[in-house]
Order: sequence, then structure tokens, then C-alpha cells
Amino acid sequence: MIRMENVHKAFGDNRVLNGMNLEIAKGTSMVIIGGSGTGKSVALKSILGLITPDSGQIYVDGRPAGSGDRDKFLARFGMLFQGGALFDSLPVWQNVAFRLLRGALKRPQEEAREIAIEKLRRVGLKANVADRFPAELSGGMQKRVGLARAIAAEPEIIFFDEPTTGLDPIMSGVINDLIREIVVEMGATAMTITHDMTSVRAIADNVAMLHGGVIQWTGPVAEMDASGDPYVEQFIHGRAEGPIEAVR
Amino acid sequence: MNPIALLARLGRTALAGLAAVGRAALFALSAFSHMIRPPYYPREFFQALLNVGWLSLPVVGLTAIFTGGALALQIYAGGARFNAEAVVPQIVAIGMVRELGPVLVGLMIAARVTSSIAAEIATMKVTEQIDALVTLSTHPMKYLVAPRVLAALITVPVLVGVGDIIGIMGGYTVAVQNLGFNPAAYLKNTVDFLEALDIISSLVKGAAFGTIAAMMGCYYGMQSGRGAQGVGRATKGSVESAAVLILAANFVLTGVFFSL
Repeated sequence: MIRMENVHKAFGDNRVLNGMNLEIAKGTSMVIIGGSGTGKSVALKSILGLITPDSGQIYVDGRPAGSGDRDKFLARFGMLFQGGALFDSLPVWQNVAFRLLRGALKRPQEEAREIAIEKLRRVGLKANVADRFPAELSGGMQKRVGLARAIAAEPEIIFFDEPTTGLDPIMSGVINDLIREIVVEMGATAMTITHDMTSVRAIADNVAMLHGGVIQWTGPVAEMDASGDPYVEQFIHGRAEGPIEAVR
Repeated sequence: MNPIALLARLGRTALAGLAAVGRAALFALSAFSHMIRPPYYPREFFQALLNVGWLSLPVVGLTAIFTGGALALQIYAGGARFNAEAVVPQIVAIGMVRELGPVLVGLMIAARVTSSIAAEIATMKVTEQIDALVTLSTHPMKYLVAPRVLAALITVPVLVGVGDIIGIMGGYTVAVQNLGFNPAAYLKNTVDFLEALDIISSLVKGAAFGTIAAMMGCYYGMQSGRGAQGVGRATKGSVESAAVLILAANFVLTGVFFSL
């Protein structure tokens, strides 16, 4: 389980997280929605320790995030970055098997390559993609390679940062279905941040609405449409009028 | 302007400058500490050896040969004013080995390698590849910085040695082909005149300049701001800083080796 308690983070005068509280139960898929620049990525990166909160506590399975062996802590996570964040200098299979080629999870090269190709197949990519470089792939393919990398070491917790941004509706649907399948199949805890309401409905067990640095509403996805929360209402219907200012 | 405000501005500028020096120094200390502690990344190290060393040879060789040739012409023309044309081999040798070889190689490495390292790492930062490395349990200082700095520390002295030899041969070629020097006498004068300290100082300068060049590339890359402008600023800043620091280090090292 992941728990954020009263987390604050500011960049200069810009207070991004302003006492954020959130709980994600083990084995569930939480989707955080909210406008651009509301701190969704900051929240996610704070859990991973990529950003240090100014105050507040973050717990993973009851233990403060980042306490103990950092490599072991990070080995529990997989992450799909918004732009893929694939390493340009490495072929696709080495990107996917990155964690399996070095460090505590190191495997023989042949075995790592086989796992990488199997994960590529899992996300709908053919084996001949393995030896290509990221720059030779389309945006959708890069996203799927990023997804394959996120699941390569079969992590307990997977983060998805804007998984469908920049993709066409068909490819978005493919990625959404893949994420849902992978989360269900692996029994992983998932945390996704997105603006895409189609993704929310496809991926989420629970939804949290982040605005003003705090969670305005959280609940099961089935209750989202009838939440009665003005922030959620405005966001899911894409209205210009409401408590969320259109000019931010 | 109000004198107090002027003083305050000066103070803020000085503090910002000192803070920047402190950050760079801490970065360098961290890089050295990661260099000696496992895990090591041999693939990245050998890749960096290739990029910094082998692939820099053409530009270093061309720079050295033209500089050596021009130096021979200048010394001959200048020496003719007081009938000292015969000193061409000695001055070309000492000029190349003590000063021009290390400094020019250092500056060429700053132009070629520092800029490339800064742009590569800055782009990785902008595209979240550095964050991805961290989430994949890989320390960016170990994976990106330590191999590049170590490769430069090892290869730039070799490049300086090669540059010294090519520069001297450039002077030799011009002196023998154009200025009528005896080939055997030219080489004998060169070898007889050079001392071990000249060569040692050249190689030590190479190691120092290589370390500075790679370190500045890595530092500015890791500190890069967002977007294309951030990458551009990081690249420009890295080359400027590396060039100035190389020239300053050259002055200090020359003082240390030859002021006695």
C-alpha cells in the first residue's frame, strides 16, 4: 500500500503540493486526474524519491519511502514515462532488459534478451523490433517499448505518467487495454496520472482528483460520474466554467 | 545608484559565484568518489574511451601538425632578425611539449568532447532519461559521469603525447622541406634539448585538462534547464567554463613545474 500524508512541495513561490493526502491499496489501480501543472507528476516522482518533498510523509507498505536500501526499494517499481524516456544509445531490447543486464537482478545476456523479446511480444511488438534503436520507432511503438521496460522485471508497483498523451485514439485504446491487462495479470499496484478520461475509465479501480495541491475527491471509478464534486464534474465534462480556472 | 544597493548587488553576485564554484566542486568530489566505488560500467567506459580518445585523434593530429609547421616558420623568421635561425628545432620542441601541445589539445577536447557530453546528458535530462535511470536502480553519477571523466583522465594525456609528436613532426617537415635544415641534425637537436620534466609536465597537463573538459560537460549537462534552450545553454556554458578553466589550470601548472 502507498500512503501520502500531508505532503508539501514548492518550487520557489509556486506551491505545487499543498498538504496532499492519498492512499492506494495493494493490487489496485489508482488514477490521478487534474489539470496541467497541478502537481500530478510531482506527486508521483515524490513517491519514487526523484523529488524530495518539503514536508509530509510517504509510506510504501507501512515503511517510509526511500528508507533502507534504495536499490531494493526502486527494484519494486516500474515506471512508464510520458515521453517513453528510452535510452537513445541502446537498442530496444537493451532498453527493455536494462535492469536485467546490471545490478542485483542481473541475468546472462541471452536470458535477458529472451525476456525482453517476450515482454515486447506482450505489448504487441514483434521480435524484429528488438535490435532497432528508439529513434527508428514511432511514438506509439516507443510508448509500448517503455511499457515493456516498466514490466520487464515484474515489479510490484507500476507508475504510468500520461500513458496515452500524443497517441491517436486507436493506439491509446491499445495502450489502455495493455495496462489494464498487465495490472490484472501481474496483480501489481498501479498509479496512473492522466488527463484522458477514456484512459481513466479503462484503467482505474479508483480515481483521485488533484487540484490546488490537494486531493479534492477520491473514490471508485464507478462513482466518479455521480461524485457531486464540482472539481470532478468540471474536469470530466471539460467545462470552461467552474471552480477550476481556465487560465492558470 | 544607491551605494548600499550597489554593495548588496555586488554581494549577491559574489555569493552566487561562490555557490556555483561550491556546487561544481561538490559535483567533482562526488564524481571521483563514484569512480572508485562499485558498481562499475565497463561498457560505458570503453564507449567513452572510444569517443574521447580514438575519435578525437584526427582533429588533434591536424591541429598539432599545422601548429608545429607554423611555429617553425615563425621561429625561423623571428630568429633571422638576430641570426638565431638554428634554434628552430629546440623552440618548436619546447613550445609544443610544454605549452602548445597540451593547451591546444585541451581546447580541442573542450570544443569536441565537452560540448558533446553536455548536449547528450542535458538532452537525457530534458527527456527524463536521467529519471528513468534512477527508477531502474542505476546511479547517473556512476553510469554517465564516472566513465566519461575516467576515460578523459586516461586518454587526453595520450592524445597530448601524440599531439606533441605530430606537432614536432610538423615543424620538422617545414624546417627540412622549406627552410633547408638537415633532417638528422634537426631530430638530434630536438631529442637532446627536451628534458624528462618537459614531457612529464605535458602529460600531467593533459590529464588535468581532460578531467576538466569531461567534468564540465557532465556538470553542465546534469544542471541543464528545460527544453532546447536549456540544452543550448548547458552546452555553451560547459565549453566556456572548460576553456577558461583549462587556460587557468595551464597557468597554475606551468608555474608549479617551471617557476623554480
